[in-house]
Amino acid sequence: MKSMPKDYLQPMRIVVHLLRKEFIQIFHNKGMLPLIFVMPFIQLVILSNAATFDVAQVPFHLQDYDRTPLSEHLVKRFTSTGYFRMTGESSRQDKGIDALISREADMVIVIPREFEKEMINSGHARIQLVINAEDGFNAGVVRGYAYEIISSFNRDIKRLLPQMSSPATVQPNIEIRSSGWYNPELVYSEYMVPGVLVVLVTIIGLFLSAMNVVREKEIGTIDQINVTPIKRWQFITGKLFPFLVIGLGELTVGLLIARVAFHVPMLGSYALIYFVATIYLLVVLGMGLLISTTTDTQQQAMFIAWFFTVIFILLSGLFTPIESMPHWAQNLTQLNPIRHFVDIIRRIMLKGSVIEEILVPLGILSVQSAVMLTLAIVRYRKISA
Amino acid sequence: MPEPVIHTEKLSKRFGSFTAVDEISFSVSAGEIFGFLGANGAGKTTAMKMLTGLLAPTSGQATVAGFDVYRQSEEIKRNIGYMSQRFSLYDDLTPRENIRFFGGIYGLGKAEITAKCDQMLESLELVKVRDSRLSSLPLGWKQKLAFSVALLHEPKLVFLDEPTGGVDPVTRRRFWDLIYKAASDGITVFVTTHYMDEAEYCDRVSIMVDGKIAALDTPEALKGSFGTATMNDLFIKLARPAIRSGE
Repeated sequence: MKSMPKDYLQPMRIVVHLLRKEFIQIFHNKGMLPLIFVMPFIQLVILSNAATFDVAQVPFHLQDYDRTPLSEHLVKRFTSTGYFRMTGESSRQDKGIDALISREADMVIVIPREFEKEMINSGHARIQLVINAEDGFNAGVVRGYAYEIISSFNRDIKRLLPQMSSPATVQPNIEIRSSGWYNPELVYSEYMVPGVLVVLVTIIGLFLSAMNVVREKEIGTIDQINVTPIKRWQFITGKLFPFLVIGLGELTVGLLIARVAFHVPMLGSYALIYFVATIYLLVVLGMGLLISTTTDTQQQAMFIAWFFTVIFILLSGLFTPIESMPHWAQNLTQLNPIRHFVDIIRRIMLKGSVIEEILVPLGILSVQSAVMLTLAIVRYRKISA
Repeated sequence: MPEPVIHTEKLSKRFGSFTAVDEISFSVSAGEIFGFLGANGAGKTTAMKMLTGLLAPTSGQATVAGFDVYRQSEEIKRNIGYMSQRFSLYDDLTPRENIRFFGGIYGLGKAEITAKCDQMLESLELVKVRDSRLSSLPLGWKQKLAFSVALLHEPKLVFLDEPTGGVDPVTRRRFWDLIYKAASDGITVFVTTHYMDEAEYCDRVSIMVDGKIAALDTPEALKGSFGTATMNDLFIKLARPAIRSGE
């Protein structure tokens, strides 16, 4: 060994060599490039447009045993909104059930005989709605719409039936008016795009990092690395940084698409989003490298990465509200990094939150990134078996 | 007598109840070409992993390049070269990119890497393909490159784990020219092989059977003391009674 003055930049230079090699490998891989740079955005556009909770044109089957002007008017209320359309009509109960079973209809409206007469005489009448609740969420939305239509019908009943006596049953005039803050028109894409973007960044980051070290194990090049004097932190940094850059790049293109194609508002600061995204990606990449260093084949790594991705996405509040989960699941979501980043990115974009307002989820992400990185470095061993 | 480059004393490795390497003791001196022979599963690769700091021994002593295998595995790594049985450069990088990368990992300076890179590509006659991916090159060329990369940081000792597997005799012969060249420069070569003609090229060989060293001497002396005409006969004579065979 030649004696030289100690070069303090030397350790960093080794990291730079590792980085250069990783980037060359990524850009040499013609099969991977489209996966990294095209696929996510196709998903973003498709998912953000398709994943809506809006229910339109619900098919219903009508059984009108009354056949009076009033019953006809009620049916018209349903069909004129655009939320419902009639796909069949009959006067036998089993026909309605058949329509539900054959999926010709998702709802059966049953208006009993003497509907109008009873309304006139007593001010009360009943109708029956049978809703297909195979998809509970959907059924809830359908019921909500139907309820709205019937209450508005109730409010107008005096005008429709001037001959109606019975002043005792004047409708209590309570009306529910809601207004959605921060997304006043309840545009689903504004709500979905930031969430889907988080999922895409997560998948790319987690899978690229989870496949990386284990791939070197499969090829055998890891042994060659392990007989060099490279330090663990250098190795992990060299593996982490390229994916951090790719992850932030994906985020950038995604934010651009959100702005240009979906007109998602951006009330907060981009700098804050990138700051949080960096911490978030460290959690995801640390986890990916941990998976990579603890598995022996890419196949194993893939399955483990999928296992966590599916749980994280389903428990993220993106597709089902966290508030409607059982208590234990709600607690579990606190450990879910996707949940916190979705939460933060929505708050920054739609509400213009500043850093003081996101300290709690940001704190959780920071702790998680520290834990993941430590585990990844500790678990990576330069000795085999 | 200079201090041996490798010295082991009852070095062992057990995996559970299986003893892969069973109390091996030997020394390799500077500048020697030491052949490390044995049937598949005899424990060669495990022994080599312990000597290169890739695997911690279960018991026994060993020093490599003057460093202790238990406590100084990182110092060992800085002072040895290693070429593994599985081709171990990056197939999706070019010769130049591989040289730059490994040179950089060993902490060589930029100018040094450039100079060595040019010189190496020249002497290996790889100048024309210096910017082609390794995956497009013949195995023999890649092995020569891997050997040179293992010597990039000028180690005193190099470990070669079946370096010539899968190539033709002419290419193997050329590879051995490189080994001789390295040895004449004073580099100690520790090599495993399954080719008995290659064993004849070594200064001394050891033959491992069932985790133990069954014989150790110069090829001539071994053939004499076991009364066989060739290294091949000797190997079969020693390795056939082995309990474990095949991997």
